[in-house]
Parts: sequence; structure tokens; C-alpha cells
Amino acid sequence: MQGLITHKLSCIRGEQSVFTGLDIAVNPGRALLLSGPNGSGKSSLLRILAGLLPPATGRIDWEGTNIAADQDAHRARVAYIGHEDPLKPNLTVMENLSFWARMYGFDPNIEPALFQFSIESLAGVPVKYLSAGQRRRTTLARLALGQNSEAGPALWLLDEPGAGLDRGAVAMLANTILAHLSNEGVAIVSTHGDRLDELLAEHADSFDMRKLST
Amino acid sequence: MIGIALLVRRDLRLAFRGSTDAMMSVIFFILAVILFPFGVGSDIKILPHIGGGIIWVVALLAALLSLDRMFAADHDDGSLDLLYLSPVSLGQLALAKALTHWLTSGVPLLFAAPILALFYNLPEAALLPLLYTMLLGTPTLSLVGGIGAAITLGARRGGVLLALLLLPLYIPVLIFGASALDGAIAGRDIGPQFMILGGFLLAALALAPWATAAALRYAID
Amino acid sequence: MLHRFASPARFSRIATRVLPWSVALTGLLFVAGIYFALFASPADYQQGETVRIMYVHVPSAWMAIACYIFIAAMSAISLIWKHPLADVAARAAAPLGAAFTLIVLITGSLWGKPTWGTWWVWDARLTSVLIMFFLYLGHIALTHAFDNPQRGAKAAAMLALVGFINIPIIKFSVDWWNTLHQPASLTRLDRPAIDPGMLTPLLLMGLAFMAYFVTMLLIRMRADLNAARARARQLSAAE
Repeated sequence: MQGLITHKLSCIRGEQSVFTGLDIAVNPGRALLLSGPNGSGKSSLLRILAGLLPPATGRIDWEGTNIAADQDAHRARVAYIGHEDPLKPNLTVMENLSFWARMYGFDPNIEPALFQFSIESLAGVPVKYLSAGQRRRTTLARLALGQNSEAGPALWLLDEPGAGLDRGAVAMLANTILAHLSNEGVAIVSTHGDRLDELLAEHADSFDMRKLST
Repeated sequence: MIGIALLVRRDLRLAFRGSTDAMMSVIFFILAVILFPFGVGSDIKILPHIGGGIIWVVALLAALLSLDRMFAADHDDGSLDLLYLSPVSLGQLALAKALTHWLTSGVPLLFAAPILALFYNLPEAALLPLLYTMLLGTPTLSLVGGIGAAITLGARRGGVLLALLLLPLYIPVLIFGASALDGAIAGRDIGPQFMILGGFLLAALALAPWATAAALRYAID
Repeated sequence: MLHRFASPARFSRIATRVLPWSVALTGLLFVAGIYFALFASPADYQQGETVRIMYVHVPSAWMAIACYIFIAAMSAISLIWKHPLADVAARAAAPLGAAFTLIVLITGSLWGKPTWGTWWVWDARLTSVLIMFFLYLGHIALTHAFDNPQRGAKAAAMLALVGFINIPIIKFSVDWWNTLHQPASLTRLDRPAIDPGMLTPLLLMGLAFMAYFVTMLLIRMRADLNAARARARQLSAAE
């Protein structure tokens, strides 16, 4: 078996069960669109898949191997986009992105990534002056950093990446994800029923978290 | 190592740009030390006896001031998740954060302390021991402080809680730092105090990043 | 061995069965201990009747230390083996330990007044106990400082272990500081030459304190587990 497969995954936050018995499988070159209301566990699932949150029970396999066997290797293959924009307001767009590029050992030339999300004109601007949409695009440009590097992350875990983006920016995001999929990458994306779903539909399956609620 | 350098460089840049946090602890340090003569009187015969102890006590408090932000900014904006997923280990992250904390709130105290020593009429023989003990002691405060910062990450009332958790653990550094000054003023041999403060620093250097990393792992969820 | 008690439900059953016996044992030991401490033991030739404070002071000091070791052990079990009851046990023990520590400080102070003429002396042992009291307070505060109780438990467990490593260092530092600042002529508070007649009540009171600790621990752990069960039921009812 290839790609990512989970076996009877369950998640407990605090003292409350979020979901149980979650089985999903995503093949290379495919995306999985997670849908469901707030609190259905989309974010928790993505954090578990990233290795940020340990699952209460169950197992996650990547290309047939349990990811718990080698956590360093798993971290190296994950690109994670969370709800927040992990950017420092007092650093410029360029400084923020090149910090992450260096920390992850990606190609330190970040200009192609800036162009990919058309924020090249903002490169020298401190993030605190950016609009919410511009910040989101800066965050998403991190995906392009890995994509433009050798041995970039193969597993993209995106938590509502399109939130706050205009139509044009959603198209940039969709193109970036599609390029990743055509490269035999895997993407798991939580959405709120936005335009991103339509743009990815041809290469994506859907999974409704509501099916799991007990 | 490259990861540590990158982190320290970014955090120093953040400290110097925009926020005045970096200067806060040293200003607090000077102000709080100056407060004591108003409380206990300005008797030039008493001040040298209590000056060393006061400088050390206030140094502990000053070290606490910026500690609650050590990991909180990165925790709040999601950077901590990314740092955890990066090839840089949490132990290296802990070391980098402690180093930055020491550079921004420990080192400035070293420059302020001799001036305060003059205010307290400390004998000249105590000046170098004051500098050396603070040089050995303040990094320990930053390293141990990192454990506390990581443990309280995400807690309500993080700042006050941190003081309650850390001040008892800081007492040994205080005892040997102040006692070295006392000894120096009285003309005693203060080698043992230096050795012990150095021992504390080595032990903290070996154990604290590891404990901080373990605590950070529980904060990421 | 541990996993036989792993399930909270089974623990609650066992606790319910053990409790009547441990309550009775605690009562018996206290009655016997207090009888020997107040009536069937000699007064000290130097300190007179005030020496009887020792029968509360010294067992409390034993329990204050034993309780911290217990919490540190539970914390290690919680962090390393992730045993579900270890956090509950540590959380239940911390206020007990803090109370024992407070008793040591208060009785030490009451004993100090007639012996030294002051309520507080910066004696090395008492000072170490004072610092320990704050370690307990920090542990309790940290346990309740998080919205997620699990996170609070893990943070408190980390703190307990860090504190456990630090206690010998603090003890050593305070001893050093004490010899530097205090004339050594002061008699140590809790090491009078022990008369054999004083040993019986001391040991009885020690056992009574220990039985009391076990009883209270069981009661508090059972209450904690019941509260968690009630919360879980409310949450599932809300869905």
C-alpha cells in the first residue's frame, strides 16, 4: 500500500472524545478534503497526522510503515499549515520566510515563492502592516518554499488554508496544491465548503467528519 | 548548531526591533535596587552590608520579568508547532531561547551592577567578585527559568505562577552569589562559592534544556 | 502489579472496601499515640512539657518529606508509563503534603517561642521546610492553572520532578548559608537526645500520621474519579 492510511484512529481532547474509529486512506497524487462543522475534529485530525498531537488509540501508516517508528522522518515529510499565521509582526515578509526556509533547510532563495503568491512587492514590508489576506498568503508561501527545494515535504496538512483569501489567492493556492499532487504528493485539506473544493475536485476525495460523531 | 544560531539571531532581532522588552528588566533592576535605601535608610555604614544581597535578590526578580514571554509568543502564533516540526530539536530550541534570554536580560544586569555597587558604597574589592558571580549565576537563572516558562506555557496567570514556581528554585544561586560578595568584602577566600556557582551552571546547562524540551512537548497539543 | 489497579473503576471498588479499615486503623493509632504522647511519656528535663509538641512536629516533618517523594514517584509513573491513576494520586497528595508542611512550620514556631524566645529562627531545617512549603504551593497552583486538566497534571508532574532534583541542592545551600550566618551554639530543634519513653509515642504518632495520609489519599482520589465520571456523563448528555 502507498500513501497515507489510518487505522481506527481516535482522539480525546481534555476529557472529551472528539472522534473514534477513523479510517482514511489517501493515495499519492490525491487530496482528501475534510468537511464538517466546528468541533467535529478536523483540526485535531490534522494535528494528529502531523505528529503534533498523539492519537488516543490507533495507528498511522505512511507507505506501509507506522509513523511512530521514526518520528524525525515523519516530521521531515510534513508541511503543516494551521489556523494561525506563524509570522512575527516586527519582521518583514522576506525575513519571516527566509527564517523558516533556513530552519527547515529549504532553498534559501525565496523569491520564486513570493512570486507564486504574488507578494513579491511586499517582501520588504514588516508583517504588522499587512492585511489578513496578505498575511495568509505569506503563510501559504511556505508551501512553495518546500516545493521548490529538493526532497521537500510529501505530506501537506492544511487546516482551512483558504480562510480570508480572495478568489485570486484561492486560485494560487489551488495551483500550488495541484502542482504538489502532480508530483505524487499527498494533501489533506480541511475546508469550510469554499471555492478551493471545486478547484481541487478532480484530484480529490471528500470525507465528512460528521460520519464519525457518535 | 545552525538552528540555534538562526533562532538566537531572529529573537535578538525581534528584541531590538519594535519592543522595549529588552530594556525593561535592566531598568526594573536599577529602579528596584534604588528603592531599598528609601525603605531601610541611607546610612552609609549599613548599605555596604546589605548591598550585595539586595543586588542579588533584585537580579532574581529581574530575570523573572521577561521569562513568561520566552515561549509564549511562539506558542500563541503557531510558530512553536513549526519549530517542533523543523529539523531543530526542542532541546536546541530550549538552549537557544535560554541564551537569548540571558543576552537580553542577564547581560545588561552585568553592566548595571557595578554602578549600583557604587550607590551602595560597596568596597572596590567586591566589584570584580560581583561581576564574576553574576556572570556565573545569571545564565543558570535563564536556563532554569526556561523550564518554568515551558511548564507554565498556556496557563492562566502565567507570570505570577512563574514567580511562585521559580523563586524557590533560585534560592541556591542567591545564597552562593550573595555569600561570595560577603566573603569578598570580609576578605575571606571565595573560591568555593565560585566553584559551586560554576557547578550549578554546568548542571543547568546539561539538564535544563532537556527538561525544558520535555515540558514543551506537553505544551504542544 | 500496577496494572491490576489500572482501571479507575476497579480502584474505586478497592478503595471503598479498604476505607472502613483504614479509617478505623487511623483512629486507633491516633488514640494510642495521643495517650502516650500526653500522658504516658516523660517531660523533658530541659524543655519541660513543651517537648510534647515534638509528637506532632516530627511526624509531620516525616510525612511532609514522604509525601513529596510519593508525588515525585507518581509523577515519574505518570510521565514515563502514562498510568492514568498516577496523576490522580499526585493531585490528591499535594494538598496533604502542603498541610503537613504547614503543621511543621506552625508547631516549629510554637516550639521556638518557649525554647528560644522568638517565634521564628532561621534554623536550617525549618528554613528548608519553609521553601518546601512553597514548592507544594507551586505544585497545587500549577495543577489548577490550565483549562485542560490533563495538561495541568503533566505540567505539575514535570514540576514535581524538577523540584525533587532541586530539594537536595536547596537543602545543601541552606545548610551552607546557615553555618555562615548563625552561631552554631543553638540547639537543633528536632534532635534532642531521645529518651526511650519518648520513642513509643513518636513512632505511634508517625504511624497514625501515615495511616491518616493513606486514608485521606484514598478518599480524595475516589472523589476526584467520581467528579471526572460525573463531568463525562454531563458532557455526553449534552450531545
